[in-house]
Amino acid sequence: MGQVVLRNVNKFYDSVHAVKDVNLQIRDKEFVVFVGPSGCGKTTTLRMIAGLEAISSGDVSIDGQVVNNLPPMDRDIAMVFQNYALYPHMSVYDNMAFGLKMRKFARREIAKRVQEAADILDIGDYLKRKPRQLSGGQRQRVALGRAIVRHPRVFLFDEPLSNLDAKLRVQMRVELKKLHQRLGTTAVYVTHDQVEAMTLGDRVVVMRDGVVQQVGEPLDLYNSPANRFVAGFIGSPAMNFATVTMMDGNGRLTAKNAGLELEVPQSQIERLRRHVGREVTIGIRPENLHVATNSDPAGFTFPSKVEVVEQLGSEILLDVRVGADTMVAAVDPTIRARVADQINLAVNPARLHFFDAQTELAL
Amino acid sequence: MIEGARWRRWVFFYLPMAMFLVFLLFPFYWMIITSFRPDGELYRPWNSVNYNPFWTTRPTLEHVRYLFEETLFSQWLWNTTFIALVSTVISLVCGVFAGYALSRLSFPFAGSLGTGIFITYLVPQTLLFIPLAEIIRNYKLGDTPWSLILTYPTFLIPFCTWLMMGYFKAIPRELEECARIDGASRWKAMLYIIIPVAIPGILSAGIFAFTLSWNEFIYALVFLSSPEQKTVPVGVTSELIRGDVFFWGPLMAGALLGSVPVAIAYSFFVEHYVSGLTGSVKG
Amino acid sequence: MAVQAIETTFGEAPPPRRQRLLEDERWLAFMLLVPTMVLLGMFIAYPFARGILLSVTNSRVGVPGQFVGLANYYKIWNDTIFRTAVYNTFLYTAVTTVFKLGLGLWLAMLLNRDFRGKAFTRAFILLPFIIPTVLSTFAWKWMFDPTFSVLNWVLYHLGLITGRINWLGDPDLAMISIIVVNIWRGVPFFAISLLAGLQTISPELNEAAAIDGAKPWQRFWHVTWPLLLPVTMVVVLFSVIQTFADFQIVYVMTGGGPANATHLFATYAYQIGVGTGLLSEGAAISLAMFPILFLVVIIQLLYIRRVEVR
Repeated sequence: MGQVVLRNVNKFYDSVHAVKDVNLQIRDKEFVVFVGPSGCGKTTTLRMIAGLEAISSGDVSIDGQVVNNLPPMDRDIAMVFQNYALYPHMSVYDNMAFGLKMRKFARREIAKRVQEAADILDIGDYLKRKPRQLSGGQRQRVALGRAIVRHPRVFLFDEPLSNLDAKLRVQMRVELKKLHQRLGTTAVYVTHDQVEAMTLGDRVVVMRDGVVQQVGEPLDLYNSPANRFVAGFIGSPAMNFATVTMMDGNGRLTAKNAGLELEVPQSQIERLRRHVGREVTIGIRPENLHVATNSDPAGFTFPSKVEVVEQLGSEILLDVRVGADTMVAAVDPTIRARVADQINLAVNPARLHFFDAQTELAL
Repeated sequence: MIEGARWRRWVFFYLPMAMFLVFLLFPFYWMIITSFRPDGELYRPWNSVNYNPFWTTRPTLEHVRYLFEETLFSQWLWNTTFIALVSTVISLVCGVFAGYALSRLSFPFAGSLGTGIFITYLVPQTLLFIPLAEIIRNYKLGDTPWSLILTYPTFLIPFCTWLMMGYFKAIPRELEECARIDGASRWKAMLYIIIPVAIPGILSAGIFAFTLSWNEFIYALVFLSSPEQKTVPVGVTSELIRGDVFFWGPLMAGALLGSVPVAIAYSFFVEHYVSGLTGSVKG
Repeated sequence: MAVQAIETTFGEAPPPRRQRLLEDERWLAFMLLVPTMVLLGMFIAYPFARGILLSVTNSRVGVPGQFVGLANYYKIWNDTIFRTAVYNTFLYTAVTTVFKLGLGLWLAMLLNRDFRGKAFTRAFILLPFIIPTVLSTFAWKWMFDPTFSVLNWVLYHLGLITGRINWLGDPDLAMISIIVVNIWRGVPFFAISLLAGLQTISPELNEAAAIDGAKPWQRFWHVTWPLLLPVTMVVVLFSVIQTFADFQIVYVMTGGGPANATHLFATYAYQIGVGTGLLSEGAAISLAMFPILFLVVIIQLLYIRRVEVR
């Protein structure tokens, strides 16, 4: 079992309110990722689950038992740290065995479990080495091994991949995913990298300034972000935003500013009608833009001027100017566009996002 | 690094270096040569003819023999070793604990306590030796090794604490957090993880503390009175001088042999000693 | 804000299985600090208070005294030997510190180069600092012996002197001798500490300055010295405290003589408090060091804090 529930959890450092009223229920065997910019409270939340930070108010419970006052050693959890935190004076074997020794496991059981974990992670050859004799990727595996030998109720990960180089990071990400599928242990994972969050998480928790912005499956976050922050944080390159005014004309709704005039799709008219005459923020993902062709309805195209062309091979990123705004469009690699070209861009009507200009909530 | 013409190298590097070495090491040479030189050669006036003060053709162990057979020198050596070892161990235990608490735990008044310990680190022994002598007498500790074993920690603990704080601060927090999640209590995490990792620092502090207490003079001079209780520095000072008569041969032999244990401890741990020294200043 | 419905019922937390006092940071810190606090309280704080009380009585050895107010301080203020000792202490501290810093910096710069036998040289250079001061000072006393002085022999054979010099018999020469010994003992400490400071300065900075056209002296003055200043400050303040309260060198070399001309605070306090048994007056003399030491400590604390803030 490994069910973690946070109820109205708050953290104050002196006068700083670092974590605000976090409510979350993490199911057994679930992989939940906390993501957000640095200082958003995600690591503090993880450390409160671990017992490394006192909880200012609210409770954290594991398998129905409130653990607020339980020291970390009694919570039956394991944690992997960003800098791995391998004990430098112990061999790899002793690093992995330490937690079991502290819990007074029999020597034979310890040997069995360490061997098992070493086989899973393919580190059997290094068991006698000291951490400083290992490469970054090997250290990462040992840190993982140290967590899994314990068979804990919950794994906690604090940005475990951020010290690896880009290539190794992608590889370890896949291995982590496999490992979770194999072991099925509940995992809480903190990262600032939205790609890691999207690829690893069964569910993703987006945080900002100590407040949970949205909780959902990766695709829900991508398709229907709850607010402008989540919309901008999830997805790469980031969503384009422009401030527009809602205009009502001939029964049709248009979103308009100095350089842009887009029709509001039928499906959204009902919801947006009450914003007529007001400013809203329109959000368009770069991958939902393409160079307009004759088949694109006129209401969903707009003119733009190319400022920068970035060739990525699989696609082309065009940095374009639209009135007073700049936007990025991810277009087909066969498109031939040069700087200063005037091109018409078309948007996928089903993929338009609207946010309240003041509250930034999705409309 | 050494660039330029050969003469420049001599003028700006070898010559000054040689002068420093002569200045800094000659007294030890003089100590050694005097220890093995017969009295007949020692007490020859400085301006007598055909006298070479820097060498002897008739080395003798007479002074060393005198030291061990006619004085309590071996007893002083033992006293000094015992006192230095025990006070070093006490100070290390206290200093490691206090350094750990001050650098890695958060509790009320941590800052002012740290400052307080830093201030006691700077209190010289000569400020308090008179009232301390009275207190030692009142506790009936006078003329026993315990008068020094209990008072040496007053300058060793602040030093060890200060040094250990520097070492502990450099150890990543995650190490003990990980240990605590792995099932260790705070106490065990300190004992099994942080202290072993800090061993180089503890060695530095220990070597430094040992030499400091071996070298201590004024407390030993004031608190000890009977010859068989004395430490080497005090014994040599008070028992090898009779009124105005200095027994230079045995005195130098005593100085030489009294320095040997420190020099040996030092030579094994030069690097630790140097890092202790620089750490003691920087913290 | 999206909030999940909370399904589980919250069971009451069971009381902690064991009462673990040491899991509480504050208790653990307290327990770890107790031995230190007890020892420092008993043998530093208490003697300090005791010393102040002692200095306002007329106690002698074996005779509990009565309260006499500031009479002891008044007495030493009018004592010419005490005044000489104060003058000596300031002179001794100032002169030796200047020389120790100058020579120590020079030696540190020499040691900061690469040459064969560097580690060896560095190890030997520290000897004056680690060998018990009393013992090595005896070697110096023997070198300064009025009749058998090897220094006189050298100076005579170099043709610099014709008669003997009575190094420790003349007040001024005795002071100079003492100062030389203190410099000898202190230079290694300065050199090694400053060397550690020098080694933290990236050579790239000096190379960059050289490319910018700075001459060696300008490089030292504009790059090395400012970066070395924090270490230098700490080392100097440290040494000032130790030198100001010095005892051993003077005790062995001259015992305060000739004719009480070379006393420092500490040796005079020893002579009065232990030698003649006037406990309270001796306590007053050593406590007279306190205001100056306190000032230096405050400067050091402020300086360290300022460096840390940066």
